[in-house]
Amino acid sequence: MNETRKLAQPEATPETQPFWDAAREGKLLIKRCGGCGEAHYPPRAICPFCHSADTAWEKSKGAGSVYSFSIMRRSPTGPYTIAYVQLDEGPRMLTNIIDADPDSLAIGGRVCLTFTETGGDAPPVPMFRPAPQAS
Amino acid sequence: MSIKGKAYIAGAFEHPLRKAPDVSTPQLHAECAMGALADAGLSLDDVDGYFCSGDAPGFGGLSMADYLGLTGLSHIDSTETGGSSYILHVSHAAQAIAMGKCTVALITLAGRPRSEQVRWPRPNSFEGPFEAWCGGSTHNTYGMAAMRHIHEFGTTSEQLAWIKVAASQHAQYNEHAMLRDVVTVEDVLQSPMISDPLHRLDCCVVSDGGGALVVVAPEVMKSLDRPAVKILGAGEAVKGQNGGKVDLTYSAAAKSGPAAFAEAGVTPADIKYASIYDSFTITVLMQIEDLGFCEKGKGGAFVTDGNLISGSGKLPFNTDGGGLCNNHPTNRGGMTKVIEAVRQLRGEAHPAVQVPNCDLALATGIGGSLGIRHGAATLIMERAA
Ligand SMILES: [Zn+2]
Repeated sequence: MNETRKLAQPEATPETQPFWDAAREGKLLIKRCGGCGEAHYPPRAICPFCHSADTAWEKSKGAGSVYSFSIMRRSPTGPYTIAYVQLDEGPRMLTNIIDADPDSLAIGGRVCLTFTETGGDAPPVPMFRPAPQAS
Repeated sequence: MSIKGKAYIAGAFEHPLRKAPDVSTPQLHAECAMGALADAGLSLDDVDGYFCSGDAPGFGGLSMADYLGLTGLSHIDSTETGGSSYILHVSHAAQAIAMGKCTVALITLAGRPRSEQVRWPRPNSFEGPFEAWCGGSTHNTYGMAAMRHIHEFGTTSEQLAWIKVAASQHAQYNEHAMLRDVVTVEDVLQSPMISDPLHRLDCCVVSDGGGALVVVAPEVMKSLDRPAVKILGAGEAVKGQNGGKVDLTYSAAAKSGPAAFAEAGVTPADIKYASIYDSFTITVLMQIEDLGFCEKGKGGAFVTDGNLISGSGKLPFNTDGGGLCNNHPTNRGGMTKVIEAVRQLRGEAHPAVQVPNCDLALATGIGGSLGIRHGAATLIMERAA
């Protein structure tokens, strides 16, 4: 599944270098605006909401819930799940859900962050897996 | 300032090929251009405005204008909003004509996804490093939009299937359609799951081919023999992930639609025929709601029981079979949407699906991805007296 699906390797830009440096340390960064207080994703230098240049990196707790998802059944390397995960900090991010029985997934389900290597010298990418059941 | 009544569609042509291994992509564009100009009674020498989009090879408009020998251009526009581009180009052509920038505008689309590989996405995008590894395709990103619609509004796969059923009812009469077999709701649900909740028969066809349109100034229209299709109004809008405030429950057609109706001075209830972009069944459902043909969330009930079938339903749609059954040239369905609306307004659709006294029609499209970022364009046209 994700072991065999070849993942596109992300390339950092001067704008996003801190994001990918943090990814190598297993941390998911989002941006928060000093002007309007809103968090956004993917990170930009200029806030997409109020257009202030006063944006700062913030470490996400890496917890969230599934906003929507779809299981691609016709992939040569096996089914995989694309999703929007809503981080507890607010932003909904495009990602994959791994280590899950696809048929057990549901909108609203709790998930937690897990980084997946993309090979070579490229940074890993932020994916999610079902959160351990609270009992 | 408005485009209402300032320009007319004088020529339309849909390429008959669905697989084109033996011609080049520029050649397909040229064949479509010649076809639409011949339909209008004009020639390449008359063209002073040229419109194309991301499917145009090489340097886009520059390469194609050079290839076609368009030496008299006073206006050029290669706006790219994916498959909705060509609906938007009609509006932009009308704007240019209204401003006196050109009098005969040619719009072309062509490509060969079954016969050649086109590299996508383009490099240097801000989103690439954050999205490419997710393995997003049209199937699974439209799938996410459908999943959320089902979650929010209780829409069902059976309801989505009715959209395909209606398209197949129309396609049986189109000799060029790729899929001419009439299908049932059960057929759609039994077809293989591609990306939840979209089955194979919820998806449009993949086809080579193309099409072209000619938009002209009123004085040019008067000199031509073809039935005049008057442009009444248009709207366009784009929508993305909004910095993470993603909302998959509506499309940019929620803005392009009302803008078009306002400019045209008509309401959804006035529309006799609608060409609705049908990359997937969910694309149709979303636009029907966002254009105001029914309340948000009630699209499923609206399309059920054949309500989109010409002759029996309240809103006859895609009477050529649409992208779901007929043709979706180079994965861009906006061109064919306008072409079938023109056929309906001229009374030239297949007699089995021709809407009686069709004097007001709409074409609307979503280009890009409903689930990621997209451009919507809506166009309202009238049969001129
Ligand atoms: Zn801000």
